[in-house]
Amino acid sequence: MTALLEIKGLHAEIAGGRKIIQGLDLTVNKGEIHAIMGPNGAGKSTLSYVLAGKPGYEITAGEVYLNGEDLLAMEANERAAKGVFLAFQYPLEIPGVATLTFLRAAFNAQRKARGEEELSSPDLIKRVREIAKTLNIDAEMLKRPLNVGFSGGEKKRNETLQMALLQPSLCVLDETDSGLDIDALKVVANGVNALRSGERGMIVITHYQRLLDYIVPDIVHVFAAGRIVRTGGADLARELEATGYGQYQSEAA
Amino acid sequence: MAAVQETIDRVKGIDVDQYRYGFETVIESEKAPKGLSEDTIRFISAKKNEPAWMLEWRLEAYRRWLTMTEPTWARVGYPKIDYQDLYYYAAPKPKKKVASLDEIDPEILKTYEKLGIPLREVELLEGVERPAAAAETDADGEAAAPRSKIAVDAVFDSVSVATTFKEELKKAGVIFMPISEALREHPDLVQKYLGTVVPTTDNYFATLNSAVFSDGSFVYVPSGVRCPMELSTYFRINERNTGQFERTLIIADKGAYVSYLEGCTAPQRDENQLHAAVVELVALDDAEIKYSTVQNWYPGNSEGVGGIYNFVTKRGDCRGANSKISWTQVETGSAITWKYPSCILRGDNSSGEFYSIAISNGFQQVDSGTKMIHLGKNTSSRIISKGIAAGKSQNTYRGLVSAHRKASGARNFTACDSLLIGDKCGAHTVPYIEAKNSSAVFEHEATTSKISEDVLFYCIQRGLSQEEAVGLVVNGFVKDVLQQLPMEFAVEAQKLISISLEGSVG
Ligand SMILES: Nc1ncnc2c1ncn2[C@@H]1O[C@H](COP(=O)(O)OP(=O)(O)O)[C@@H](O)[C@H]1O
Ligand SMILES: [Mg+2]
Repeated sequence: MTALLEIKGLHAEIAGGRKIIQGLDLTVNKGEIHAIMGPNGAGKSTLSYVLAGKPGYEITAGEVYLNGEDLLAMEANERAAKGVFLAFQYPLEIPGVATLTFLRAAFNAQRKARGEEELSSPDLIKRVREIAKTLNIDAEMLKRPLNVGFSGGEKKRNETLQMALLQPSLCVLDETDSGLDIDALKVVANGVNALRSGERGMIVITHYQRLLDYIVPDIVHVFAAGRIVRTGGADLARELEATGYGQYQSEAA
Repeated sequence: MAAVQETIDRVKGIDVDQYRYGFETVIESEKAPKGLSEDTIRFISAKKNEPAWMLEWRLEAYRRWLTMTEPTWARVGYPKIDYQDLYYYAAPKPKKKVASLDEIDPEILKTYEKLGIPLREVELLEGVERPAAAAETDADGEAAAPRSKIAVDAVFDSVSVATTFKEELKKAGVIFMPISEALREHPDLVQKYLGTVVPTTDNYFATLNSAVFSDGSFVYVPSGVRCPMELSTYFRINERNTGQFERTLIIADKGAYVSYLEGCTAPQRDENQLHAAVVELVALDDAEIKYSTVQNWYPGNSEGVGGIYNFVTKRGDCRGANSKISWTQVETGSAITWKYPSCILRGDNSSGEFYSIAISNGFQQVDSGTKMIHLGKNTSSRIISKGIAAGKSQNTYRGLVSAHRKASGARNFTACDSLLIGDKCGAHTVPYIEAKNSSAVFEHEATTSKISEDVLFYCIQRGLSQEEAVGLVVNGFVKDVLQQLPMEFAVEAQKLISISLEGSVG
């Protein structure tokens, strides 16, 4: 069986030559949730950007496959249409563009790229409203310009809404817990858990163990200085909470 | 303007443009002899069977023009124009007056069809479905507005080829016809107002227009009448080496209201073509005129070859108390745009508005803005300008807000925002403010920003292409102005904005 995502010996640097990812191997199978935990500055967000195809990073070595296809050869929007979704640590604001307008543009762009028919506006709106309800997002918020003036919680719920609408095959969640109080965290975690499926894989990036109480991972990796330094089960997260990342930082250095 | 030899020499027959309206209609036309002289003017005036005073008026303007020099203060550059190497009149044959659309040359009808301009009234009456428009409103969770009727005057090169809904307008007492026809049918009305807002001596291009203008629209809305439909004129330059000099005159009598729209396109050619129009608006007591433009003249190709020189004088006179004039423009076309739709706030409590979206890409040069001249008491004006520069273009907002000594209580609010796409373009803001009355309150805000790579990546990560992402972000940037357009034109304009920015990034 082909893995959903296969990363082999990945090295990546920021334009300018600073090496951030230094020899990363990771395999995510369909149905699995992997947590990547690590200290600030370890390169976790960089990894998510490299997977999503953000410009400004140079891949100096390694390969990445999505369902056996060469992911690094694809444009960023192609990767999205193939099912890569990145829930941003800091979702961006787009003044003047209603959230619903954005959702429709994204949804139909992906459909078009896959050679599928666009969904009619009424059908799309119906679908969005149904998902929105489960995330405590009211119709008023869907009319507001995307992320403009949204609270931290609203932004993360909005990311979850987009993910649920777009039905990606690989979800990468970057610090989804940051800026959330416990109630908001539960709502978002419920939304994410609803997307758990045997057809989908997830990479949940976080600094803190807290999120993993609500989104329980199958596998936990410790990521330090650009590579995975330890892998274990869900209990590894709790151990890290007690010990901190100190030992891994010195180990990696 | 074939004379621009330098430009022609640079022609490389490159066909990489995004322009969708660049086709040419093959049709026989009748032209005035090339070049400009008193004879040319007599020729035009005779063709139109104009009253004698009109010919005199033109000749006077022409003599004045000979003493004037071309303005150079705008931030635009172009090779010298040879005014003798240009046709000043071109009309599709046959020039027999047509009574119904069926008698119009089918080639011309086809042209307007291709451009999406409905000339057939039945189509409009039955409400031709425009799914995109409906979808847009639905998405924002609001009910779709019923489709409104629009009367169209279509100007093809130098003459008007069709005006729709004439009968229905007539019932309401509204006069909407080609200005050449109005000169014959309502000479007194035309004479009373023509040149009273933009005098024949106004500026080089307006004076030239006064001498040689061939057609345009005339609108008169009588006292107390709310014009029952949108009026619109569609300008099309087809003929080669021909200048288009249209003249529009709109009068809203006391308490009247009219909304007027203007659209323009031209074929793709590798020479530059001159378009020097004059628009005059007159609003009497309690009257309101809303004037919207979607300007999409051919902008030239990606090497900067060809395109329209759009040197236009547009001015509205809020002549009566409590009158209101509002300009909304979406400027995406033309190689060079030189245009400052203005308001003279003469009546007490009158108000003027200017909403503008000016997009430049490739080698386009835009120098546009407005003048708000406060003369009456308690007058107010509002300016919202959104400039978007991409490619190697230069985009300048130039605006004057002035309050006369006697204009007590004058208020203005100006917000100019510029968005840069890429790093080879330029955006400039040149505000002039003169307050000779100490009670004037003028507020001015200006911002310039670069389109954010992070925002674009966010959109692209969701599946949008680079160009779709730019289109989305830009449409958000201009939303405040788009909202000022009548609904269906807003949808058209939105599409046009995305199209005109294609190839601007990456
Ligand atoms: N655009 C950038 N330019 C320069 N340095 C960067 C840039 N992005 C990230 N970095 C640096 O790269 C390292 C990894 O960052 P990041 O991937 O954000 O780490 P994490 O998400 O694990 O906290 C950090 O030292 C950070 O300062
Ligand atoms: Mg991070």
